[in-house]
Amino acid sequence: MDFDLSEEQRLLKESIDGLLTDSYDFDARKKYQKEKGGWSKAVWGKLAEQGLLGLPFAEADGGFGAGAVETMIVMEALGKALVLEPYLATVVIGGGFLRHGGSAEQKAAHIPGIIDGSKTFAFAQLEKNSRYDLADVSTTAKKKGGAYVIDGEKFVVLNGENADTLIVTARTKGSRHDKTGIGVFLVPANAKGVTRKGYPTQDGLHAADITFTGVEVGSDAAIGDPENGLPLIERVVDEARTAMCAEAVGAMDEALKTTVEYLKTRKQFGVPIGSFQTLQHRAADMFVALEQARSMSMFATMAADFEDAKERATAVAAAKVQIGKSGKFIGQQSIQLHGGIGMTQEAKIGHYFKRLTMIENTFGDTDYHLRRVAEGGLV
Amino acid sequence: MDLAFSKEEIAFREEVRAFFRDNVPPETRRKMVEGRHLSKDEMVAWWRILNKKGWGVSHWPKEYGGTGWSSVQQYIFNEELQMHPAPAPLAFGVSMVGPVIYTFGNEKQKQHYLPRIANVDDWWCQGFSEPGSGSDLASLKTKAERKGDKYIINGQKTWTTLAQHADMIFCLCRTDTSAKKQMGISFIVFSMKSKGVTVRPIETIDGGHEVNEVFFDDVEVPVENLIGEENKGWDYAKFLLGNERTGIARVGVSKERLRRIKELASKVEQNGKPVLEDQGFREKLAACEIELKALELTQLRVVADEGKHGKGKPNPASSVLKIKGSEIQQTTTELLMEVIGPFAAPYDEHGDDASNETMDWTAQIAPSYFNNRKVSIYGGSNEIQRNIITKAVLGL
Repeated sequence: MDFDLSEEQRLLKESIDGLLTDSYDFDARKKYQKEKGGWSKAVWGKLAEQGLLGLPFAEADGGFGAGAVETMIVMEALGKALVLEPYLATVVIGGGFLRHGGSAEQKAAHIPGIIDGSKTFAFAQLEKNSRYDLADVSTTAKKKGGAYVIDGEKFVVLNGENADTLIVTARTKGSRHDKTGIGVFLVPANAKGVTRKGYPTQDGLHAADITFTGVEVGSDAAIGDPENGLPLIERVVDEARTAMCAEAVGAMDEALKTTVEYLKTRKQFGVPIGSFQTLQHRAADMFVALEQARSMSMFATMAADFEDAKERATAVAAAKVQIGKSGKFIGQQSIQLHGGIGMTQEAKIGHYFKRLTMIENTFGDTDYHLRRVAEGGLV
Repeated sequence: MDLAFSKEEIAFREEVRAFFRDNVPPETRRKMVEGRHLSKDEMVAWWRILNKKGWGVSHWPKEYGGTGWSSVQQYIFNEELQMHPAPAPLAFGVSMVGPVIYTFGNEKQKQHYLPRIANVDDWWCQGFSEPGSGSDLASLKTKAERKGDKYIINGQKTWTTLAQHADMIFCLCRTDTSAKKQMGISFIVFSMKSKGVTVRPIETIDGGHEVNEVFFDDVEVPVENLIGEENKGWDYAKFLLGNERTGIARVGVSKERLRRIKELASKVEQNGKPVLEDQGFREKLAACEIELKALELTQLRVVADEGKHGKGKPNPASSVLKIKGSEIQQTTTELLMEVIGPFAAPYDEHGDDASNETMDWTAQIAPSYFNNRKVSIYGGSNEIQRNIITKAVLGL
């Protein structure tokens, strides 16, 4: 048992922390937000230059063969700096599908573009009424000769507006809730029949609602088994949840630091407000919530290596519950302890609150995952 | 980074588990599972079995009878002991006064007391809290006046756990009334059989008798019973309380209680099906298990940190363990109450008498719930733990 980072992992952490300290303060973030697409191509380029976009890919595919711990380190750093660039959508999710399900040809066609920063991805999964159920898929992919024709609507697709390639879940067989008959398809964003309606999200990121009308892709567009893609989807989404847990821990950590700093400097009644015990104890409770969340983020990260798929899924669900609870508490209390200034767009603290809130509602909220743990074998 | 136990650690766990399985008297285990009180004889008998095995004071340095186990091994031992469940070694001797004596005591004191602590030849109790000094411990008033080669002790201690069984007490006494609060306190040990010592029971809300008031009326104590230096007792007390906190998460206790909750909830019916199948109940249970998993990992992080970077100062993150550990223990007793529902009501008037069981285990559920309110109060209340986090971690 060992909770320390290895030498390489420590260097990785230093390198990404250094990069973000230099190029990602709150003012810079505001600037990036106004760039076309809502994030900075220059920063993305720097991430590529430092090899961070290639971390999880096998060396044979041009990557570094890094594991879940490395992704945790990167996501935590991205969470601290409230990074807007599509690391989750592209490297974690897009890369995840290619790594776990991609054919040699698919890997060769797509991974180099991710690693060098020239291409980004988006995961078109959510539907109007599917909420958090990954098996609830109405979008269809009908076989037509050697091709598939995709029809359906997807919503709140993160980075959907900017992505070069969409990874689309679509039903090849069966009816809406069937666990089998779901396929995963690589669709060029500029394919005929793809309509994207982009918008900013509450936390300053960008997403799109996407309509697929008779979109034709070749049979080589299917990642893995087009009639049994759910296990692959579950695996990649679990990795995305785990990555988001780490991102949330980074955001919580920084939100608490910022809040404690504020308590030390803000004066009322002639003294720093941090001298008031009621505020001190609130901050102490935030620290407890943070440490519990950090432990569960590590647990989910380690679960990536669990042999048993059910155990792995339960661990991730349990982590998502803890992160959801801690994130809500730390987010809300950060605003409360900042008082009026916490309510302003100008103060950074509110942006942590918003990102934490959106993380809770992505890929299953606290109640959803609590139910999964309760219905499954429990922890 | 690796959360898994090593092969050696897993083998160690098996060894410890097998020893408990084969050596904890079944009656002792049953009473622990049912949340009943154990008699002094039952506890001492078990601790002597443990000591004979060489595990009575496992975390002490080897030269004083310890095992030389790593922090992780020590953690595994504690957790397995709690999960079996079996009574943990008497904290007042093994975890509190023992380490103070081998760290600050003189050679003669070490040779006399340490083996007696290990074998529970002396049952120790703790003379810290006073009626006017709870969280503000340093305001204590019990006085020890030096007269020739004796201290004359006068005053009162309270919340003295299991003083009714005790042979010895370690006591914080004021030896210099002119010095500032923390400065004039000394750490003195003496026999509970001394003339002038009176123990009066305090009945707690569960109807049990665990804690006592202890009165000192001109108690004469030889000066050689002073541990360390006169007026340095506060430092030793802080050292002792720091040691106490690391074991306070009681992850194993909560794990065992969750096991029991599931066992009972699968037998008790509601609307024609086991309570365990009730969606609302399952969600509460799952929420508790998740909190406990997080706590277990937080605990392991502290343990691994100690193992790697030495014990040194107590890790302020242990306050997280105290707060969460106590909250979870309380939640588990609440869940047991929920399982048993209306059958929690019958009160066993003889419940505290270990030799006289007149009611079945259901009568122990509510007392255990009431009794567990103490865990967020003792060992530095959870509010005091928040003060520690505030100062030591957040720097406010």
